[in-house]
Amino acid sequence: MKLQVENLSFAYDHKPILEDISLNVTKGEFIGLIGPNGSGKSTILKNLYRALKPDSGEVKLDGRNLFRLSHKQAATQIGVVSQEDVLPFDFKVEEIVAMGRSPYKKIFDGDSQKDKEIVRNALACLGMEDMAKREFLHLSGGEKQRVLIARVIAQETDFLILDEPTNHLDIGYQLQIFDFVKHLNATVLTAIHDLNIAALYCDRIYVLKNGRIFKTGTPEEVLTPEIISDVYGIEADVRTHPITNKITITFLPHSINYN
Amino acid sequence: MRKSDSLKGIRKVFNRDDPQMPIIIVLLIIVAVLSIILAIGLGPVSIAPGTVAQIIGSRIPFIENDILPTWTNVEENIVWGLRFPRVLLGMIVGASLSMTGVAMQALVRNHLADPFILGVSSGAAATATLGMLFGVFSFLGVYSLSISAFLGAAITIILVYTISRVRGRINITQLLLSGVALSMIMDAITRIITLSAPNALGLHNVTFWLSGSLAGTKWGYLTLPFVVIIICMVILLVNHRALNALLMGDETAGTLGFNVGRLQKILVLVSSLMAGTTIAVSGTIGFIGLMVPHFTRLLIGSDHKRVLPVCALIGGILVVWVDVAARLVIAPEELPLGILTAIFGGPIFIWLLKRNTGK
Repeated sequence: MKLQVENLSFAYDHKPILEDISLNVTKGEFIGLIGPNGSGKSTILKNLYRALKPDSGEVKLDGRNLFRLSHKQAATQIGVVSQEDVLPFDFKVEEIVAMGRSPYKKIFDGDSQKDKEIVRNALACLGMEDMAKREFLHLSGGEKQRVLIARVIAQETDFLILDEPTNHLDIGYQLQIFDFVKHLNATVLTAIHDLNIAALYCDRIYVLKNGRIFKTGTPEEVLTPEIISDVYGIEADVRTHPITNKITITFLPHSINYN
Repeated sequence: MRKSDSLKGIRKVFNRDDPQMPIIIVLLIIVAVLSIILAIGLGPVSIAPGTVAQIIGSRIPFIENDILPTWTNVEENIVWGLRFPRVLLGMIVGASLSMTGVAMQALVRNHLADPFILGVSSGAAATATLGMLFGVFSFLGVYSLSISAFLGAAITIILVYTISRVRGRINITQLLLSGVALSMIMDAITRIITLSAPNALGLHNVTFWLSGSLAGTKWGYLTLPFVVIIICMVILLVNHRALNALLMGDETAGTLGFNVGRLQKILVLVSSLMAGTTIAVSGTIGFIGLMVPHFTRLLIGSDHKRVLPVCALIGGILVVWVDVAARLVIAPEELPLGILTAIFGGPIFIWLLKRNTGK
């Protein structure tokens, strides 16, 4: 078991945000977290990458208590792409990717040849070799997100936590980013906004509603019209797509007449 | 043709992609030394740079005997007793304020942070005045003034930081407004203390704290700020990766393996130490911590490993020359240094503010 979360609860200003969350991720799995806005997707992830501290519950990474690890140890095991703050100063793409090497650096270490190699490879992975010297703030949204993925690749962790990594990106970039991540063959836990994307990439899905886990299972088990209606309050038609053999969801808004 | 060649050369050394750090540092050190020698010679009584170099050389061990005295006693007194310590203090103060700016900007993740704008200078001045006039901190000995200024700086940084932090993020409006409010409160406290001062000395000193000056520098003033900037430079350079990561956001810095809570405490401590010890000897000199890091980043990019040493040197050189201007503009009278930096720093702040909100 890669990650094991048991009975995790978290409250903000005495208002419970997460209640009794239990989930687990096996090595090599691609796990999605879905749920409406405010259902607690980001908050769970923040508790797992230690930006927030749970009020109760247990989190184990490879069988060890996650909160006992030092910051550095945790950073060599979990790579995170969170929803970013705006960067106040401009950095070069390669400088951002090189930040992924930080957890391996001792106080007086410089950037070694090996680090530079890893940074180059990470950029090459995403087809961005020729962008190494570009200014980060001048990149498009999709390119920025690829740089951040390159940063976690350089971090060389085998477990990735992603918080809606394709938020605000158009569909081409969404698929591109998830394809990259899928190719890494890492263990992945990611919050996903788009149900069809979740159906395409995830091995298993956790559905959240009001800070609790509402349902869990494979996309086929979880993305049913009943559950979508219960969680999102909308009608949907769910089929297996003949080409992808994956679930595909068509939403049926009330304002349109159907035969 | 030749002009464009030299331009290309400059571009090659100063570029944000791959700046030639050794060349830049050596160049800046040369400029700094030349600035010191020239600046010592300039003032109501001017002294030739050659004479200045000889007088200084005559004090350096091993070569002192090779230099024959060809200067007058008055010149020696001006150079060694008055201007040399003053110019060196200018270097130190400039370096210190610029580095304080860099540290505070990393802490609040905003390029508008500066000890003057966020009220830190005023806070340091308030507690320093308190210490000076009433001897509140006299039990701390010779360094009571610096330590009291440090305490004021630390209190203000912590207050500004806490007030402007909304849901884990620094809100820029709250940051600037709380800075303005705190500096007003602190300035008011300084005035109240000086007006109710038990001696007439107070009236003179309040102008010093509020407008900044290097006049009357003695050699003894240099030691503490110098030791402090060396220590703080080392601390900041050792943490340069953490400072870079911090700009990506507190959470991201955490996921990259840095102890963000500890880092923020270090930054508060380092900023207050540098601001406090500097302000204790120079009063409030505004906008250096804002302008110098900004132009440094334009020259060589944002990596703190490069920004810190370069901005320390540029800051030092800038303050030395502004101080020369302060001595010369209305000679033999002197302008307070802080007034000059405000006159051209203020517009630059407004420009940065407009550019920032335009994004």
